[in-house]
Amino acid sequence: MLLIKNLQASVEGKQILNGLNLEVKPGEVHAIMGPNGSGKSTLASVLAGREEYEVEGGTVQFLGNDLLDMSPEDRARAGMFLAFQYPVEIPGVSNANFLKTAVNEVRKSKGLTAYDSKEFLQIMKEKMKLVEMDKAMTQRSVNEGFSGGEKKRNEIFQMAMLEPTLAILDETDSGLDIDALRIVSNGVNALRDGNRSFIVITHYQRLLDYIVPDFVHVLYKGRIVKSGTKELALELEEKGYDWIKEEVAVGA
Amino acid sequence: MSTITKYQTASTAFVQEAEVFADLYGKAHPTLAAIRKQAMVAFSSRGIPTMKHEEWKYVNLTSIAQTEYRTASPADSQKLSKSDIEQYRYAGKDAILCVIENGKLNTAASTMFSIPAGVRIGSIDDFSSDATVMSQLFTHASYEEEAMVALNTMLCYSPIIIKVDAKVKCDAVIQLIFATVPGADPLLIPARVLVVVGEQSEFTVVESFHTHGSGALTCNNIVSEVVVGKAARVHYAKVQVEGEEAQHINYHKVNMARDSFQHLTTLTLGGAIVRNNLNIRLDDEHVNAYLNGLYVLNQKQVIDNHTLVDHAMPNCYSNELYKGIIGDQAQGVFNGKIWVREDAQKTNAYQSNKNLLLSNQASMNTKPQLEIYADDVKCSHGATTGQLDDEALFYLRARGIGESVARSLLNHAFAADVIEQVENETLRESLMQLLDVKLSAMQIEA
Repeated sequence: MLLIKNLQASVEGKQILNGLNLEVKPGEVHAIMGPNGSGKSTLASVLAGREEYEVEGGTVQFLGNDLLDMSPEDRARAGMFLAFQYPVEIPGVSNANFLKTAVNEVRKSKGLTAYDSKEFLQIMKEKMKLVEMDKAMTQRSVNEGFSGGEKKRNEIFQMAMLEPTLAILDETDSGLDIDALRIVSNGVNALRDGNRSFIVITHYQRLLDYIVPDFVHVLYKGRIVKSGTKELALELEEKGYDWIKEEVAVGA
Repeated sequence: MSTITKYQTASTAFVQEAEVFADLYGKAHPTLAAIRKQAMVAFSSRGIPTMKHEEWKYVNLTSIAQTEYRTASPADSQKLSKSDIEQYRYAGKDAILCVIENGKLNTAASTMFSIPAGVRIGSIDDFSSDATVMSQLFTHASYEEEAMVALNTMLCYSPIIIKVDAKVKCDAVIQLIFATVPGADPLLIPARVLVVVGEQSEFTVVESFHTHGSGALTCNNIVSEVVVGKAARVHYAKVQVEGEEAQHINYHKVNMARDSFQHLTTLTLGGAIVRNNLNIRLDDEHVNAYLNGLYVLNQKQVIDNHTLVDHAMPNCYSNELYKGIIGDQAQGVFNGKIWVREDAQKTNAYQSNKNLLLSNQASMNTKPQLEIYADDVKCSHGATTGQLDDEALFYLRARGIGESVARSLLNHAFAADVIEQVENETLRESLMQLLDVKLSAMQIEA
């Protein structure tokens, strides 16, 4: 599904990703962990197509297409979804109108007819349950005045509405209390259907108790330096990152 | 010929035209005839404003001075029919449509059969025996201080009058359709409206400005005077959607009596040069005045909104929100003055001007002015000019929304709250539609 080879990227002239390799197959959940500044959010940004990130080398294939050649909207239409670390507030655009526009633009790109208001409301109602969202939130402006937890729930709600093939969760757990974490994780788990894949970027092992990954990778200095299963996350939680840094130093 | 000479020549030509029909109101209305004469004197001494005048710094009227305008006369009117006008209907099928074609009421094209009891609409002949109306005519907007008001006062040959008696609630919207029909020669159109609202009455007026067909240059020189009676409630909208070469200079004077309320929205989408001068006088206690404006400009359009909120008496409230979206090489000007006079204690006056610039060549000059002579007041003003939020744009695109749709959505969101405050639903939806048509036209160019 997603094949990243030797990806190198910089922002404002500073190289952040230094030859990153990763393959994600249908239905898999990959967790990406790593110390601050290791390039986790840069990876998410590059995959979603943020213009301020410069790709210096390497390739990314998404469902057989050259992802790096696609605009952000085309990536989304092809089935990629980024849950933002800092969801943006958009005053004056209602959540419902925003999502209806997004869902119908994606449908249009696939040659499907747009949902009418009634159909759309019906679908929205079903998906709202996944993240325990109330109707008032859909009528409010996108993320405006939302609490941290509400913003993250809104991200997962959007994911549920857009039904992506690959979802990238960029530190979705940051700033969440235990209840919000449970709600968000339940929403994600409900969307695991054996075909949909996830890349879960996180600082903390705690999230992975709720969203159990198939693979855990450690990102350090812009490369994946260690991969394992969910036990690796527990080991990192217990021992921190120093032993990984040492291994890298010895290897170099 | 130097530019200054051209200004003088043009000004003299206008005065000569006015002299031709100096007997306009003849013996029937000696007071009006006298006012016209005074206006001619005032205009002769001032002439057409140039950019050297502080208040006209950004609006170049050279083209008015350089174009050999002929003043529209009754012969330039009465060409349009009801079916021509239908496309300009903004407030539903029950609306009263009053067509002012090149400055003169065209009754054949108007739809005025549904006027409720207590409301009268007509020209000066219909009101000649109404002392209240006649004593108000030509007295509110100052021809002594404003040359372009003087020009209108001396050239306007057929003012339109709306009179609403006391305690009348008029549900049907009254829409004044100012249809400019360009001819073979450049036309100056001096149109004038007087609205007199009785105590405790409530109604909605729309002034809409259109260019019907094509031809030589046109310049609208409009003066509206609105007299709001005690505890009356007036909803007023000015909708400017003229053609891309149209010039438009507008004076709008409102006098508000005790306990009255007004909500005035100015929407400017069309025209080459549009200059709006709003002068709202809160003339007694417990008045509430809302002034909203929205201008969306592209190509080389120029809009200048000059507003004055004049707090003359205590315990009044005013709130002003002006927003603009400016693309291409268009220019916007906002000059918003709040004047709190010595007697106007306990005034609450708020003003905000927010602008989005869509291109590097677009410009906005904004100047809030507070002049406060009372000591117990709450006043605030703020002005911002910025660009579309890149983060918001990326967020929308990351959800599959194409860049052009995303920009439209954000522009719409920025502008919509001005129109959302329009109370009449049908009117509000029409204005929203006009906005979206303009925004999508701007998107295609970008």
